[in-house]
Amino acid sequence: MEPMPHADDAPATAAATPATDAVSNRVVLATPKPQDAGQGDARATVAAEAVTRLVTDRITVNYGKTVGVRDVSLAFRDKTVTALIGPSGCGKTTFLRALNRMHDLTRGVKVTGKAVLDGTDIYANGVDPVTIRRRIGMVFQKPTPFPTMSIYDNVVAGLKLVGIRNRALLDEVAERSLRQAALWDEVKNRLRAPAGGISGGQQQRLSIARALAVEAEVLLMDEPTSSLDPQSTMRIEELIHELKHDVMIIIVTHNMQQAARVSDYTAFFYEGDLIEVADTNTMFTNPREQRTNDYITGRFG
Amino acid sequence: MAATAPGTGSDTATAAGAPRRLATVTPENLRRRYRRDRFMIGLLVLATAAVLVPLLIIVWYVVSNGISAVLTADFYTQDLGSPARALQGRPTGLGHTILGTMVVDGLALLIAVPIGVGAGIMLSEFPDHPLNPVLRVLNDTLNGMPAILKGLLAFSLIVKPMGTFSGISGAVALAFVMLPIVARATEGVLRIIPWSIREAGLALGLPRWRVVLNTVLPAARVGVVTGVLIAFARAAGEAAPLLFTSFGNNFFSSTPLRYLLGPVDTLPARLYSLAISPYREWHAMGWGAGVILLVLVIVTFVGTRIVTRQRRATEL
Repeated sequence: MEPMPHADDAPATAAATPATDAVSNRVVLATPKPQDAGQGDARATVAAEAVTRLVTDRITVNYGKTVGVRDVSLAFRDKTVTALIGPSGCGKTTFLRALNRMHDLTRGVKVTGKAVLDGTDIYANGVDPVTIRRRIGMVFQKPTPFPTMSIYDNVVAGLKLVGIRNRALLDEVAERSLRQAALWDEVKNRLRAPAGGISGGQQQRLSIARALAVEAEVLLMDEPTSSLDPQSTMRIEELIHELKHDVMIIIVTHNMQQAARVSDYTAFFYEGDLIEVADTNTMFTNPREQRTNDYITGRFG
Repeated sequence: MAATAPGTGSDTATAAGAPRRLATVTPENLRRRYRRDRFMIGLLVLATAAVLVPLLIIVWYVVSNGISAVLTADFYTQDLGSPARALQGRPTGLGHTILGTMVVDGLALLIAVPIGVGAGIMLSEFPDHPLNPVLRVLNDTLNGMPAILKGLLAFSLIVKPMGTFSGISGAVALAFVMLPIVARATEGVLRIIPWSIREAGLALGLPRWRVVLNTVLPAARVGVVTGVLIAFARAAGEAAPLLFTSFGNNFFSSTPLRYLLGPVDTLPARLYSLAISPYREWHAMGWGAGVILLVLVIVTFVGTRIVTRQRRATEL
């Protein structure tokens, strides 16, 4: 597996970004719906031919009086990996969790703005967060297998628990998802074993398989390798490379090498603001903003 | 060696010319700290003994008085009948009492566990629901309510309309005793289940109730079972709620249904009536009833410990 962002993505990226910043001559992803000036210059965009499936429009998350993230507008293209980077507390995880309405359950958290998936605002009235979360899956910092279930039951939990009882179908989905998550060969002989008995890296891939089993189209990953050893981290990163042929991935990471290795686009957050977004190559070689440069060169954060 | 003045915690120089440092590890100081440590541990041992000794005295007293009664087969196979039986040495026992206790306590569990677990789920998982604070107040009230009032409640709810004392009314009264304990135990154990398990379930697009029922509750299984057993042990020893609900009975009921719909005997209530009877033979049987109750409660608690310990061992 190639460790650096794929070279074959570069031309597509260039073609997909008609707007370039005249001053810095760097790619600026402009908004699909251009906002009034002064709203900040980090805007996401895509060219007409690119398949943009998820667009956020001024997403703001408030925890009581504290602002988690402020006016984040980003566009995410199908079958790409976007990394969200920034120092601790910059709001990247807060933003990620806004994308499948995980904030709904936390008291005192208010989300404003829009997040449009295939033309539907997931925050619109009448949209059921349950249906949204089936399409936008999530993988957490720590592996979260359901402790009392077997490996098999974990994978098909999202199906079984909503009433799908067809054995043949469940078996098929379990195998497909586990293969997709590159876990099948390691667990195929002990599908009935408790999920707590496999290694942390395997548990994390199990969590990914579980999200894939409900046919999620978008995978949100919140520092998925931060609790794993380097070997398991590498496996997950390889997996991300393969999964992006099928799904869109948005990954929060503290590890800039990881962002550089796995992502096509990188967005830099700082103190609740989206500072800059660009294709990953540009971001790491020639960032437009001084703060981005300072962060990726390790001067702070 | 510049030793510290006894009893002072002030810093002193340890030796001439050496840097001044806090005299926390001088030999004398250390000795004093160890002495104090031993003293505190001694206090803790005393406190433990103060709990254990009365317990052992009770157990010893009950067992030594009741052992002769519970070692006869008649005790388990015969019903009590009239005092004449015991006085004339004819077969008599508490078989109907043990059976009645099983029926009443079992039915009470069937009523209290689903409702109590449900209430616990509501308390822990739906803090924003408008009924949550109401439920909390009701549950706390029920928990603090004297058991005899729970009997009175079951009396007016069931005995009065039915027109007869019954096993069902006794079970309902005991269920009132179990309910708040089960609800609180469930709430407590659900709260310590990591939030991440709920998020993982929700992120799969599962509805909230599914997540609670199929992922959170199974993870909390051991704690819930423990709570249920504690509630059971507590309710099994209650006599007050049964006095005017299941009432009591000197005989095996004629049909199984009569255990539910007619008056039945229970160990705590029977223990009381035997103890205040004027017959020495019945007093011995009362001690026997005490032994059975004691065994029931101890077995329940020891069972709880074993279940929880095994669970912990498999997790490691």
